[in-house]
Amino acid sequence: MIEAVGLTKRYGKTVAVDNLSFTVQPGRVTGFLGPNGAGKSTTMRMILGLDRPSAGQVLIGGKPYAQLDRPLRTVGALLDAKWVHPNRSARAHLQWLAKSNGLPDRRVDEVLDMVGLTKVAKRRAGGFSLGMSQRLGIAGALLGDPKVLLFDEPVNGLDPEGILWIRKFMQGLATEGRTVLVSSHLLSEMALTAQDLVVIGRGKLISQSSTTEFVERSTENTVRVRSPHADKLGAMLIDKGFTVREDSDGSLTVSGALSDEIGDIAAGSGVVLHELSPQRGSLEQAFMQLTGDSVEYHAELAETGK
Amino acid sequence: MTLLAVERIKLFSTRSPWWCMLLALGLTVGLTAIIAANWDGSPMPVMGAVFTHTFGLYVIMVMAALAVTTEYRFGTIKSTFQAAPDRTSPMIAKAVVVVLLSALVGLAASFGSWGLSWLLADDTSQLALSSGNDWRHVAGVGLVFGAGALLALGIGALVRQTAGAVSIILVFALVLENVVGLIPNIGDDIQNWMPFLVAQKFILGDPDPSGIPDGAGPPAIGELSPWGSFAYFAGIALAIYIISLVVVKRRDA
Repeated sequence: MIEAVGLTKRYGKTVAVDNLSFTVQPGRVTGFLGPNGAGKSTTMRMILGLDRPSAGQVLIGGKPYAQLDRPLRTVGALLDAKWVHPNRSARAHLQWLAKSNGLPDRRVDEVLDMVGLTKVAKRRAGGFSLGMSQRLGIAGALLGDPKVLLFDEPVNGLDPEGILWIRKFMQGLATEGRTVLVSSHLLSEMALTAQDLVVIGRGKLISQSSTTEFVERSTENTVRVRSPHADKLGAMLIDKGFTVREDSDGSLTVSGALSDEIGDIAAGSGVVLHELSPQRGSLEQAFMQLTGDSVEYHAELAETGK
Repeated sequence: MTLLAVERIKLFSTRSPWWCMLLALGLTVGLTAIIAANWDGSPMPVMGAVFTHTFGLYVIMVMAALAVTTEYRFGTIKSTFQAAPDRTSPMIAKAVVVVLLSALVGLAASFGSWGLSWLLADDTSQLALSSGNDWRHVAGVGLVFGAGALLALGIGALVRQTAGAVSIILVFALVLENVVGLIPNIGDDIQNWMPFLVAQKFILGDPDPSGIPDGAGPPAIGELSPWGSFAYFAGIALAIYIISLVVVKRRDA
């Protein structure tokens, strides 16, 4: 379990992470979601003790990272797949990592096999494609068979096959009871991968909930209606208290109403319907609305503060 | 102990340390060979065989700086600190491995130079290691290489960039220490305390006068005895290295 309490990181006057508190549960993939520059990577570096928080702390299984004994056995992380000496072989890279935490050499071969890099283990890591580098990074994270895993934007720049592989892999790790925290700026990707979501914007927590809850809460459900009597129907729906917007092609977009209700109203007054289709708002739109709000909120705060 | 093994794997699993060590050896021994082959007219003194050690020293310092700066350049320092979050222990392990290795290269370079001089010089009557001074001239190179490597590690960890660290080392050793003597009045006094020149006094200072013609010995540098000079150079190296440990510990990786 990962537990962040009041985590804050300031660089001079800029606040990269602002009083952030959240928990990450074992046995589930938790998405760490936010637009670029929201403070996801900074937070992950603070979890790993690489950056010093200006305030607050992160505990991993109740301990700060620096107090973990042979930490690679507790926490595995892939923050950047390019953090490898380009002239060192994949195997040598994993070898020194394993050695540093007293892990046997045989473990290196095991993880290489797990990520499918056994054949290229002797090749220099600098010649690896992005997908292979990601796999090497994951192998490094898995070395100590850790209970807690952190991945920073692991699918960035990968082809669909690579994305699918990583998604399956992370879900597999969570099923084994591990704590998995994956950052991303793509809600659509996280909706497929993560069961829980920690959403941040401008370094502040926006929401922590299950993914389904988040998606339901944040997407606007509307119904698209096409009718030769659109004017009449529109007026009736407005009377009922729904919000109606007329689109350029003459169709109506109704929000706040279920398609059943609209159908009943139309039938009750003999209005012919050519189309009655529930629309689900896009995840991206919802996400941008939410994180956009956090930016506005930020600005307002600054003004009232004066 | 395991961290020593880790640093050993890191150092030997890339090619640049090998090149640096070969270059340090080749430069030192090769230039001595030229000097020895052309040493005419008088017996070659022991010091004559180790004049060239400074070239090897600069190369070995570049290797030591690279051992740290490449970790920053390629982000492996983050993995290092993830594996050993106290940060100080892996940095000390790195220093032990790099300093020992540099000292060995220093010894190989100086004894190699001396051995080759024995073969190439016309008159080797003064070349035997017959006094403590003679041993210091030759074996001392190992100590200076070790201390120099420690200094370079400290600079590398402070600067974190290969280009920056290497420029600082080379510009200081090759330019600044010499230019400083040009300052009117106080220049000479300052120069007497410049670390690389003082380190040279440890190797070349207070030679056995019997082997050298009058007035042909190296200029006396500084006011310290040869061993005092080494203590001064090693002290500066250790101080900078310890500062780097403190900074590395406090700084965001």
